[in-house]
Amino acid sequence: MITPAFADPVRDSQHCFRAVLEAMSRPGRVQRLPQGLVPPPGLDAATAAVLLTLSDAETPLWHDAGDAADAWLRFHCGSPSATLADAAFVLATTAMPALAGMNAGSDEEPESGTTLILQVASLEGGAGWRLSGPGIERHHHLSVGGLPANFIGDWQAQRGLFPRGVDVLLCAGHDLAALPRTTMIEEG
Amino acid sequence: MIVSPDIEARRRWMGLLARAGHDAIEAQLTAAPPLPPHARLRGPETGLVMLRGRAGGDGAAFNLSEMTVTRCAVSLADGAVGHAYVAGRDQRQAELAAVLDAALQDPARRPALMAAVIEPLAAAEAEARAAQSRKAAATRVQFFTMATMR
Repeated sequence: MITPAFADPVRDSQHCFRAVLEAMSRPGRVQRLPQGLVPPPGLDAATAAVLLTLSDAETPLWHDAGDAADAWLRFHCGSPSATLADAAFVLATTAMPALAGMNAGSDEEPESGTTLILQVASLEGGAGWRLSGPGIERHHHLSVGGLPANFIGDWQAQRGLFPRGVDVLLCAGHDLAALPRTTMIEEG
Repeated sequence: MIVSPDIEARRRWMGLLARAGHDAIEAQLTAAPPLPPHARLRGPETGLVMLRGRAGGDGAAFNLSEMTVTRCAVSLADGAVGHAYVAGRDQRQAELAAVLDAALQDPARRPALMAAVIEPLAAAEAEARAAQSRKAAATRVQFFTMATMR
């Protein structure tokens, strides 16, 4: 059974868009989305809000979130389903597919690369990874709970592709953080 | 248990509800069994739909114009989902049409609602169409004279 999406589609999606923009321009800073959205089974509130905000009939979507979430996303976003290599957005909730299998864009149009929306268990600033790169004055710390084991290896491997690459949005509960392709991650 | 009705029948009632105004639907609802409670899934919301045309039989598609459309989707407690897309900005009509679409999918509710709402709307539409054609027919010009004079 499908549940409603944003109570106020215009204001709520603008709030969420602002949070995504803020997260992308300050990599690793955790943004908190307002409460209120009831997500379908299999999705966290932040994941559902990000997809409602960003995806529509013109953005092919690949996801592994199950049938209930699929029906919900089809109804509210209307995104066509796609293979991993063609998707504009990839939503990974359980096991993360290899970054190398996603569309990294081309050297002429690096902005056409996939955005990976990765649903994790928790996001916490102030500890864990040391992040640096554009948008970070010195460094940020971000600790991500429940991250797929292959993430760090794939992330380091895609640095060589720059300016091509995949951008990542991390979602947990109502929290949101972003790792644009320029961000460097040091474990520690 | 929701049995999906014949597509043709559903298309007919959705079309009738989309063409009738909210006052016409409400007038029929006074005599009908009460509508089940519903939750709004989406809308009612008004937006623009691009109408696309085609020049000639094999021409390329082109954008003809935009049209104001109001849509609504509702769900009932038993899980039935009703949809409505109506021309114009009558949000009350879109919501009523969506609720009726959901209720009409339930075989237990369908006969009473068909008799009380849909058939009168169909009759009114046929009547309006017939009156319009009578009006047009009264002003029809026969071109026999011109043909014989030549």
